[in-house]
Amino acid sequence: MAGESQTSDHNQRRWHHIKKLLERSGPFCHPDFEPSPDILDFIMNSCKVLVVGAGGLGCELLKDLALMGFKKIHVIDLDTIELSNLNRQFLFRKNDIGLSKAKCAVDFVNKRVPGCEAVAHHCAIQDFDEGFYRQFHIVVCGLDSIVARRWLNGMLMSLLQYNDDGSLDQSSIIPLVDGGTEGFKGNARVILPGLSACIECTLDLYPPQKTYPLCTVANTPRLPEHCVEYVKVIQWAKENPWGNSVQLDGDDPHHLAWVLERAQERANKHGITGVTYRLTQGVLKNIIPAVASTNAAIAAVCATEVFKLATSSCANMNNYMIMNMADGVYTYTFNAEKRSDCLACSNVTRVMEIEPEATLQAIYNKLCDDQDYMMKSPGITTIINGRNKTLYMASVKSIEERTRDNLKKKVTELGLYNGADILVADITTPNTLTIKLKFSELEDIEMTH
Amino acid sequence: MASPSPKSPEQSEKNKQYDRQLRLWGDHGQTALENGHICLINATALGTETLKSIVLPGVGAITIVDDSTVTDEDIGSNFFLECSSVGINRGSEALRLILELNSAVQGHSVQESTDQILLENPDFFKAFSVVIATALGEKTIQELSQHLWDINVPFILCRSVGFLGSFRIQLKEHAVVESHPDNEQPDLRLDMPFPALKSFLDNFDLDVVELKDHGHIPWIVIIYKAIEKWRLKNNNQWPMSTKEKNEIREIIRDFIRKDENGIPINEENFAETLRAVNTALVPTFLPVKIQKLIYNSAAINLTNESSPFWIMCSALRNFVETEGKGKLPVCGALPDMTASTDHYIQLQNIYRNQAAIDAEAIYRKVQQITAQLHCETISETEVKLFCRHAHNLYLIKGSCIAQEYRLESSVASYIARYLEEPNVMMVHYILLRAAERFLSEHCRAPGDWEPEGDISKLKSCVSKLLSDISCSPFPKDDHVHEMCRYGGAEIHSVSAFMGGCIAHEAIKIVTKQYIPVNNTFIHDSASTNSAVFTF
Repeated sequence: MAGESQTSDHNQRRWHHIKKLLERSGPFCHPDFEPSPDILDFIMNSCKVLVVGAGGLGCELLKDLALMGFKKIHVIDLDTIELSNLNRQFLFRKNDIGLSKAKCAVDFVNKRVPGCEAVAHHCAIQDFDEGFYRQFHIVVCGLDSIVARRWLNGMLMSLLQYNDDGSLDQSSIIPLVDGGTEGFKGNARVILPGLSACIECTLDLYPPQKTYPLCTVANTPRLPEHCVEYVKVIQWAKENPWGNSVQLDGDDPHHLAWVLERAQERANKHGITGVTYRLTQGVLKNIIPAVASTNAAIAAVCATEVFKLATSSCANMNNYMIMNMADGVYTYTFNAEKRSDCLACSNVTRVMEIEPEATLQAIYNKLCDDQDYMMKSPGITTIINGRNKTLYMASVKSIEERTRDNLKKKVTELGLYNGADILVADITTPNTLTIKLKFSELEDIEMTH
Repeated sequence: MASPSPKSPEQSEKNKQYDRQLRLWGDHGQTALENGHICLINATALGTETLKSIVLPGVGAITIVDDSTVTDEDIGSNFFLECSSVGINRGSEALRLILELNSAVQGHSVQESTDQILLENPDFFKAFSVVIATALGEKTIQELSQHLWDINVPFILCRSVGFLGSFRIQLKEHAVVESHPDNEQPDLRLDMPFPALKSFLDNFDLDVVELKDHGHIPWIVIIYKAIEKWRLKNNNQWPMSTKEKNEIREIIRDFIRKDENGIPINEENFAETLRAVNTALVPTFLPVKIQKLIYNSAAINLTNESSPFWIMCSALRNFVETEGKGKLPVCGALPDMTASTDHYIQLQNIYRNQAAIDAEAIYRKVQQITAQLHCETISETEVKLFCRHAHNLYLIKGSCIAQEYRLESSVASYIARYLEEPNVMMVHYILLRAAERFLSEHCRAPGDWEPEGDISKLKSCVSKLLSDISCSPFPKDDHVHEMCRYGGAEIHSVSAFMGGCIAHEAIKIVTKQYIPVNNTFIHDSASTNSAVFTF
């Protein structure tokens, strides 16, 4: 008995700091906030938080949440630990190289913070269905992939339920807190699905991906990057140095050495300087610089927002914070606006305007290149006379071959018409999206009537 | 299959481990970091979170000064303590767990109070590149900051209370050569082309026959030709006004090839030229900021104690006044642009060669100066780096924290100005200072036991501070109340945020790259707002 009361005293003292925030009211508290010991009890024993990613941000998030009182934490990460992670992913040691990030991170935090019951999932986010995601109160995400972020966003949006009158069922909302970093810059945001701007509403906030035009790479290289890109996209396929079936692997030191040497040859031929090992690796693997401090700061902002969401002890940020630590330390918080016709979070069908003479290729290009869609490899189907018809799909080879010719055809030849719906599937979302086609000139004709 | 791989330039283990950060501060930045020794005073959560992000990237050594023993409360907020740590010295426990992060880092723990060290062994602090302190009392803050100011050791004073965090950097003087500006202005010299550039541009013929070649003329050439054409009609003036720039754009559009129907052909290099008009027409000039630096008394009155930075500034001034004809050395970087390989590389070499010639001239001046002063020589690499970044040199002249604490008149009027706005972040500053004063008067944080009773006591600390700076009392008690609600609580995520920022600033100071905060950063995690003040 004595031991038990000692433990409880110990626990009382251990959470003394957080209890001050949760058991006292203050002039700036959220209006719904009722100070009570029950809040800490909720955080510890009921509130389930999903951390997506156990990398630079994920390690920090896991530690932050465990020390903010959260116990029921799940972590998903597909990756294994590499040496280049150790400059910031502080839950891992050299002995852990090759092991699952999620498992290592969880083991470490559960051991360091007694009572923490974190659970690891060494798999892809796509391996879980709605039932899995629905169990969480809050999802917080520290990913380096925009595609994965968009997929997860789409998943949380698909969990939204609407009442008969079209209004949103508030209990179906699972808030998403999202953080991202690049070098000395970062951002953090809070998304209330269906209520505030989601990832798809603000796709234009992502900087365009750095690409090198093929004709420059092939014919008029100027930069060391062009030389590496040449070896990667042209010379490798031509020479197949390890045989036909071996793809270029940026993590294989032999491959890297081969590319480096070929790129240096090309650079020398053209008088280009600066092809180094580091640069070559950076181009091949599209490496984004990363440092411990930026990750720590951004993850901490996300953890604070999770804490606010779970406890109502303070109003959440509204709703997007950017940070730059290169020149001083600068933060700016603004209200990113929700798109009323967002593909993911509105209950409204998106309209795509096209020329009546347009080909399916034009639609495909729009889906890939347009700032509004930025899809990777959209599969397009439609329903004609109540039957599903695949118009184009690149992801399955046999279907691709069968539907390739459709790209050249006019949409009207494929049975599409002004006002027809197309159904689009892509790796950026778990859901099939319905897009309504609108022929641009028809409206003009109507107006002249 | 046998490996076709040639000699593998396999990277060292260390290069692999630090790869992602080496892309930010380079090998020389890493070397500087590895020569750094950071002292942390008090291993609070804020302290260990800061050290964590300094140890991970591989600082040379850390020393923790802490004379307190670990409590249950510490365990609740500090990741670098274990349950078994309770009752043991906090600094040594934290050190043990932090050093696990990186075996390359040396660590020491000193189980003494800062006051005692200041009294008995003040030279102790001379060994450090930066001293970082958390959870210090008012009196110690003033004595320590004065001492570190006197011995010229950079100091960062940090706080984390409730949703509030702050840090104050004390640097006597901090020069940054590699400031890494986000948008660097290209240094193209189109208004005063040096001989090699002029001859390249003059010999270029825009009327090349092949359309393909026409589409690969670098925009620098196109814009130069357009300006030449315009100047012929305009008394050799330089186009400056919006109207004149539009005339330049018209000339550029005229250069674009037309198809058989007279419709302009889409040529990417011409589109680039049109986009570049605004930046490329900025005349070459000596930035005021740099002018102030090279005419700073420290660059004029050199002694054999002068730092390499001031010696190089002095040589730079000499260059500007002679060979440079009032301008800085050519920086030598050519922005990327659509061009044939040949033309781009030629142009790149023209700029690089001129930059090398200018840097060489400055290096010779540096050598003369160091020889005259009988001081240590400066390497050619260092001078070249200095010249490459001469347009973006940055200097911080700091102030002493003790002076800020005395609320001398310049500080008082600075604070008063913000309070009058009113600026809520400055209100937070006053509350953080008032809470510190409360602690020194009552030996506990305001609201530590129960918030209501301390409100009036904290309010009187606030009033005293405000009257010291001749400001009227705050109309409402809400911020005082909020501070009492915090009761001195240290919230982990707030400390983790501040720790990330502080570690970052310490790394900037040690590597002398990127620009540190000058000099106070305050963050409110409740409203997700930050502010920078310069005391």
